[in-house]
Amino acid sequence: MQASDRFNINSQLEHLQAKYVGTGHADMNRFEWAVNIQRDSYASYVGHYPILAYFAIAENESIGRERYNFMQKMLLPCGLPPEREDD
Amino acid sequence: MASMDPEIAKTQEERKKLEQQLASLTSVTFDTDLYGGSDKDAYLSSIPANEDEENLDSMDNEVARKLASYTAPKSLLKEMPRGAEDDGDIGFRKPQRIIDREDDYRQRRLNRIISPERHDPFSAGEKTPDPSVRTYADVMREEALKREKEDTLRLIAKKKKEEEEAAKAAPEKGKDSGAAAAPQKRRNRWDQSQEDGGAKKAKTSDWDLPDTTPGRWDATPTPGRVADATPGRRNRWDETPTPGRLADSDATPAGGATPGATPAGMTWDATPKLPGLATPTPKRQRSRWDETPVSMGSATPLPGATPAAAYTPGVTPVGGVELATPTPGAINMRGAITPEQYNLLRWEKDIEERNRPLTDEELDAMFPQEGYKVLEPPASYVPIRTPARKLLATPTPLGTPLYQIPEENRGQQFDVPKEAPGGLPFMKPEDYQYFGALLNEDDEEQLTPEEQKERKIMKLLLKVKNGTPPQRKTALRQLTDKAREFGAGPLFNRILPLLMQPTLEDQERHLLVKVIDRVLYKLDELVRPYVHKILVVIEPLLIDEDYYARVEGREIISNLSKAAGLATMIAAMRPDIDNIDEYVRNTTARAFSVVASALGIPALLPFLKAVCQSKKSWQARHTGIKIVQQIAILIGCAVLPHLRSLVEIIEHGLNDENQKVRTITALSLAALAEAAAPYGIESFDSVLKPLWKGIRQHRGKVLAAFLKAIGFIIPLMEALYASYYTKEVMVVLIREFQSPDEEMKKIVLKVVKQCVSTEGVDAEYIRTDILPEFFKNFWVRRMALDRRNYRQLVDTTVEIANKVGVADIVGRIVEDLKDESEPYRRMVMETIEKVVTNLGASDIDARLEELLIDGILYAFQEQTSDDANVMLNGFGAVVNSLGQRVKPYLPQICGTIKWRLNNKSAKVRQQAADLISRIAVVMKQCQEEQLMGHLGVVLYEYLGEEYPEVLGSILGALKSIVNVIGMTKMTPPIKDLLPRLTPILKNRHEKVQENCIDLVGRIADRGAEFVPAREWMRICFELLEMLKAHKKGIRRATVNTFGYIAKAIGPQDVLATLLNNLKVQERQNRVCTTVAIAIVAETCSPFTVLPALMNEYRVPELNVQNGVLKSLSFLFEYIGEMGKDYIYAVTPLLEDALMDRDLVHRQTAASAVKHMALGVAGLGCEDALVHLLNYVWPNIFETSPHVINAVMEAIEGMRVALGAAIVLNYCLQGLFHPARKVREVYWKIYNSLYIGAQDALVAAYPILEDEQNNVYSRPELMMFV
Repeated sequence: MQASDRFNINSQLEHLQAKYVGTGHADMNRFEWAVNIQRDSYASYVGHYPILAYFAIAENESIGRERYNFMQKMLLPCGLPPEREDD
Repeated sequence: MASMDPEIAKTQEERKKLEQQLASLTSVTFDTDLYGGSDKDAYLSSIPANEDEENLDSMDNEVARKLASYTAPKSLLKEMPRGAEDDGDIGFRKPQRIIDREDDYRQRRLNRIISPERHDPFSAGEKTPDPSVRTYADVMREEALKREKEDTLRLIAKKKKEEEEAAKAAPEKGKDSGAAAAPQKRRNRWDQSQEDGGAKKAKTSDWDLPDTTPGRWDATPTPGRVADATPGRRNRWDETPTPGRLADSDATPAGGATPGATPAGMTWDATPKLPGLATPTPKRQRSRWDETPVSMGSATPLPGATPAAAYTPGVTPVGGVELATPTPGAINMRGAITPEQYNLLRWEKDIEERNRPLTDEELDAMFPQEGYKVLEPPASYVPIRTPARKLLATPTPLGTPLYQIPEENRGQQFDVPKEAPGGLPFMKPEDYQYFGALLNEDDEEQLTPEEQKERKIMKLLLKVKNGTPPQRKTALRQLTDKAREFGAGPLFNRILPLLMQPTLEDQERHLLVKVIDRVLYKLDELVRPYVHKILVVIEPLLIDEDYYARVEGREIISNLSKAAGLATMIAAMRPDIDNIDEYVRNTTARAFSVVASALGIPALLPFLKAVCQSKKSWQARHTGIKIVQQIAILIGCAVLPHLRSLVEIIEHGLNDENQKVRTITALSLAALAEAAAPYGIESFDSVLKPLWKGIRQHRGKVLAAFLKAIGFIIPLMEALYASYYTKEVMVVLIREFQSPDEEMKKIVLKVVKQCVSTEGVDAEYIRTDILPEFFKNFWVRRMALDRRNYRQLVDTTVEIANKVGVADIVGRIVEDLKDESEPYRRMVMETIEKVVTNLGASDIDARLEELLIDGILYAFQEQTSDDANVMLNGFGAVVNSLGQRVKPYLPQICGTIKWRLNNKSAKVRQQAADLISRIAVVMKQCQEEQLMGHLGVVLYEYLGEEYPEVLGSILGALKSIVNVIGMTKMTPPIKDLLPRLTPILKNRHEKVQENCIDLVGRIADRGAEFVPAREWMRICFELLEMLKAHKKGIRRATVNTFGYIAKAIGPQDVLATLLNNLKVQERQNRVCTTVAIAIVAETCSPFTVLPALMNEYRVPELNVQNGVLKSLSFLFEYIGEMGKDYIYAVTPLLEDALMDRDLVHRQTAASAVKHMALGVAGLGCEDALVHLLNYVWPNIFETSPHVINAVMEAIEGMRVALGAAIVLNYCLQGLFHPARKVREVYWKIYNSLYIGAQDALVAAYPILEDEQNNVYSRPELMMFV
């Protein structure tokens, strides 16, 4: 980053973005991004009642159970993080 | 109408005559009433015409009166003499020295000394403190000693005086037994308290209300009154030493007298004098006149001094370490000369140079050879060579008349400061005292670690104080980071003396205070021994004039108390609570309130309780109660939980034996009630009785304070009680209506206002019991002369009017609109304006209405002062609230206006024109269209006015007439009016421009058809010039007018003009032109404009092309959805622009794309938008901030128009790109996409392959029913 744009709005933009959970950055790896995607997806399923109802019919579960399952899956959606090979 | 004017003139003439008769009849009684005496010289011979010139401070008034007996050139009395170096940089804002704006009271901060550090019992644990350390007990003992000495000295003085008086009285006894007329006894402030009861007399300026402005903790403390807090205070003029008198008479013991035997008038904390020393010592208490140095000893801590013995806190009159006069031998070289001595020397050198005796040659050259004879000097003549006598003639700060050149030559170079080594910032001469050591090029290696540390701190501080911003920043950071390493002692020993430096500037103080703040945070409990030291330099900030300084001071003290803890704070400040110096007690009380707000009131309550009940001294009780007052002012409604306990702590003060304590108690109650309003009346139950009893017992300032407390408590009460208590207090209030005392008047007015505004007081009671006396005593001319009285009276009267209605109040004062004193008329007018605006005019009956109109006309016509808005507003308010009832008077009003429009004075013409704009709406209501038409014609005739202010007002008046009567009925007809306006558009005066463009715009909007197209074209050309205007309002009006004109005469010609204007150099002009083009396009439909605009893009000129692009951008912004019809037309042009080499092309095109995309979202133009996105996308790697911004916004626009999924697809290619630079950009886009439309992305995320342990797939999305 140049000295000149250290103070301009664009750098602030990145700073602002970084405050939101779920945003990414250049050093993000596949796993981290995937976790975000999974969590966003589950949050979205839970948030849209029609979709939740649709899944419930498809899986023959109650809607409440479906919601509970999705929330549980948000904990570790992709399993444990892989070992870092570089450090 | 014409016949009416002479008639009015006649009646006016008659009225004037009558009034003169009346005035001559009443004048004598009136004046005695007013001035209470027949001394005509004391009368004010003229009334200040300008409000600003009035002395706001009653003290100043008094000064002005006394000033008459002093003869000195005005410039000398007002300005302090300036050193020669001051004239160098005139024209730049000079850095403001704090001391220059401080009054005597605030300068007393320099009398305080930074006390040596104290014992910290917390860190010491059980150990017995080292005898060399000052403990709490030591400090208290010293204080007690000081008090005792004070008492003894006072007793001695008293006894001496009694003896003297007795001696004097004895011989006189024979002839006059009433020898009580002894010279007025000079009262020491300590005598005051005891004799107050008897020797009470109402002196106007002798008010002991240091805080008559509670609730305004943030407000600037009024210097005059704070200073008054010491009774028996010397008049400021006695105090100002003239250059010939070194120290003022009060502070200098009469020649030969030893300090111990000085008369009672001596201030004990003044400069210590050396008995027998002939040279006057420089005074420590500084005034603007003699910038004498502070003595080194007092400003710096005493290193290594054994505290108990050598610690002489500045009051000891015997010589010690801190002699005020530094003898050259006793002090080290560079520290010896204080900055002010430098200044003085420099100045003196200059003066001496000019005033040296003339040589014989010079005299020969001056005088003619003949007719003059050289006389021999008489044999007895000896020129003054004795240093002492010479010194008496011109004060120099040094003990010897001639400046002794120090061994080293460095200090001599006043003008060329030695360059500081090692990249240190510039050092001002006054800094040598503190930073001089840095100039020694000692080898760092040879210094002890301690010295090295000192040096390091000094360097850093110098950088903070004088360095450039980056230097300052790093130095500040280093100081903070290494604070604990440096240690509290070395740090504060360096910082605090700097803050006491007399030549400190605001900025420097701010920086140093910031250092303290940061360091405090780091040092935490290590500061404990230094708490008092820090308080000594920080407390003065609490009473600074500057709001930010006060806030800073509070913040520091708050942090300090959090770092040191309550116990340490109390231990440090307890001795100051009954300090003999009022200044110290005042600042301590304020500091304590800050501590209370930082650590919580409950923690401090037990201590406060003990202090407020102190039996030992009334000063302690006074300070304790004052702390409560300051707490209330500082924390406002947050006192509510503790209200009862706070009131209980101070309530006994109402019956205290000392009147100052009674006063401050009442003031504290007032502050508490004000802070608690509208709750908490139950907490005040216990003080109601003493307060109401008190107002019958007390007189003077105690009474004033009691009344003030009552005034704040009554609004808290329920209606029933409020009514009862108001009636109780009203007797006293009405009695005090007659008080000649200004301060009492203000308080009484305020209390009346507070009482009247409470619910329980009914209108009838006010009408019968209060109004007659109120008007008799307050509605007199003199009240209008003082600004604060004026305000208060108007406010109170308006409040009363809210209760008793318009008719009562206006009826009583309406006659005064014809009073002969203009300020008084203005006060009446302002009151009427406010009352009528609040309550309307429906209560005003026909008779009153007549009087009122008559009065305002008279007042309006007779005004001479510059501040015309009061009359104008008053007139406007009355006419507007009367509405249609004004109709019968309109001819008369218009006659006046016409008459005044023709006046010689520009001001009068302007007021007349302004009045038309105020009353135009009412004239319309009264259906006086003919009259308005007539006025229009008159105004039209005055369009040749040469004063721009007046011309602006005339145009404004025309505009208001056009607005109400419409284009068709306007006289003169629009077709005549507009051509007359065209040349006025050339006028560069802002007011003229604004009013003119408004009027032209109005006509273009509503009545364009009355004017031929050619005229409009001419106006278009003039308008281009107006785009240069500085004022945004003018530019906006101009741009809009382009739109109206284009609508009226078709866009072609206007557009051609505008497009041509794109070629000009000036950016602001081009930008405004592009806006105008866009507006024209919006008003005349884009298709009329776009072809010509796009054609213009072919001009191979950067400015023009960019202008076209910018117009397109604005155009699409304005037309919004309409853009869908034009998007395909402009796409090729945008394609070209987005591929241009020029950055600005791409930037502007991107912003056009953004507006376009946002406009057509959801309207089925996705194909074109995707096409454009393909051109925008390659620009994402731009680094120029404006370009990248525009590109990102365009992509955001695309997200809205195309949906997040499509943009995500563009994004995916780069999120895991091997090049970090690329990834960074793509993630930025991804993030803004994510924040903008996170939910929409869920469906569009790519399918990720599972890895060994990790499941990345999202099977739910595959489900199908």
